[in-house]
Amino acid sequence: MNRLSLRCFAMAMLLAFAGTAFAQGLSIDITDGSSTADPIAVVPFAFEGAGLPPETDVSEIVRADLARSGKFFTLGRRDIIEFPTRESEVKFATWRMLKQNYLVVGRLADAGDGALRVEFELFDVARQSRMMGLAISGQRTAMRDVAHQIADLVYEKILGVRGAFWTRIAYVTSVGLGQNTQYALMVADSDGFNPQVVVRSREPLMSPAWSPDGRRLAYVSFERGNSSIYLQDLSTGSRELVSSQKGINGGPAFSPDGTQLAMNLSYGGSPDVYVMDLASRKTRKVTSHFAIDVEPVWTPDGQRLVFTSDRSGKPQLYEVPASGGDASRLTFQGQYNARATICCDGKKIAMAQGTGNVYRIAVLDRATTTYSEISPGNVDESPSFAPNGSMLLYAATEGPRGVLYAVSADGRVRQRLVLADGDVREPAWGPFRQR
Amino acid sequence: MNNTFRILFSVLLVAGVAACAKKAVKPTATADTTPAVSQPTDNAGRYQVGDLDTDACLRQRVVYFDLDRTEIKPEFNAQISCHAEYMRQFPNARVTLEGHADERGTREYNLGLGERRGMAVQSALSGAGASGGQLNVVSYGEERPVDRGHDESAWSKNRRVEIVYTTAN
Repeated sequence: MNRLSLRCFAMAMLLAFAGTAFAQGLSIDITDGSSTADPIAVVPFAFEGAGLPPETDVSEIVRADLARSGKFFTLGRRDIIEFPTRESEVKFATWRMLKQNYLVVGRLADAGDGALRVEFELFDVARQSRMMGLAISGQRTAMRDVAHQIADLVYEKILGVRGAFWTRIAYVTSVGLGQNTQYALMVADSDGFNPQVVVRSREPLMSPAWSPDGRRLAYVSFERGNSSIYLQDLSTGSRELVSSQKGINGGPAFSPDGTQLAMNLSYGGSPDVYVMDLASRKTRKVTSHFAIDVEPVWTPDGQRLVFTSDRSGKPQLYEVPASGGDASRLTFQGQYNARATICCDGKKIAMAQGTGNVYRIAVLDRATTTYSEISPGNVDESPSFAPNGSMLLYAATEGPRGVLYAVSADGRVRQRLVLADGDVREPAWGPFRQR
Repeated sequence: MNNTFRILFSVLLVAGVAACAKKAVKPTATADTTPAVSQPTDNAGRYQVGDLDTDACLRQRVVYFDLDRTEIKPEFNAQISCHAEYMRQFPNARVTLEGHADERGTREYNLGLGERRGMAVQSALSGAGASGGQLNVVSYGEERPVDRGHDESAWSKNRRVEIVYTTAN
């Protein structure tokens, strides 16, 4: 908060107060107010239907999504002095005076069978022109989904990049101590709302990984007394054991086409990277080294795997052809670099970077081989890129418990997701969803 | 862990006795299995079945490690030796070596580190007289801390291998 502009401070304060109204508290830190984020006003949407308005505040969710991305400064509600609901009511001079580049207005109407139709319009204030006008319908209970989809459309229209707000995240929770610890694998909306249990266990659960179609999760469970890898269908709940070799069965990662699962197995003596063909269940060994080779992730072209190995002493990231062969080292800065997550056609790799006792999230730009540190904690780990590369989730430690943060890819805007009591960790950001 | 072991131990004791009877191996052995005996090893240096709960050395079942290290420190040699000797004397005894790491570093890497520590204890026990078939290594990485603190005092307790008897004799 050291370089906080007055405007950001006002916004943060407003958000702090606004947060209490949402039952689940969300806090947001704007760490750098000097960036080039676009000012945008999201006017509260009018309810023009019969009966009571929905419990979900659609326009507030749109505003919060855009703010969290780091690409926008959203105008606080106190600063909104006019409440247009459609193009004919918009006075551009007002929004120009408020120094807004963009304006979103909208209204909710009945769509029959208890559903609501949300109509919204996006305007370019300087050009005084409408950029987009669309309607999305949904049941009252699905208004959060509708709001995230509107945020995605606004984001894409302005930035030319697909939005990733209407996505889901997976994570692991643990509650209790010692023998009474309860573990759960959870799935929630990208902003942490609508948490749902995928599986509960009295034994540790680890390393959730999404299938590219978003329908399945691979994860590690100790329920058999040793680490094993399971695949679970999210809609039916059915699941299957895919690897329970002697030793470690860990680090599952779906190939971009969903046909293969990379993993690390130690039955050969020490953890090595393997790839399983999911149709035949045959595995092939990709790395062969007495060191610890773990946490494989695929490059977006499906040709290579980036993994963590301590073959040079401390853990560092390496890259190897998915078909096997020589591994080459990728990271040379920092004592400890592990748990890669890849975005942007493979141009950027985020990782947990450790120096001494401090672990933070760093992003490596492969073209320039420069690193940027994007988290401020002491035990930050498990970074996971959003599918559009605009943000990351990571796990941090606050006092005795683990919490999750969403951070913009430039590190400028960071939001704590309040998901559950107890310890929350190992976030995995899911793929884009199909409408 | 201790309580779990005790319950497990009593169950196994009963099961073990039943198994002995079935195999008709020394039926008199049942007399030796009364767990209330608090004496240590007998004069000939031989362990008895109840010693796991009473013998000062055998009751030590945790080996601690330095940061990022997998070598067994000299102060644990006596503990390794007495467990190896017990396993040598009770070839049906089975032990799971549960390897653990502190919270620093990534979870999957720490699974690897916990396994390395488990294997270090496994090879030390084998070298001191236990047979490989009696030993099984399971790594929990950083998933089962005994101290959830975030300082060296907590970390040093979490970097460990627990010697867990799944079959006592």
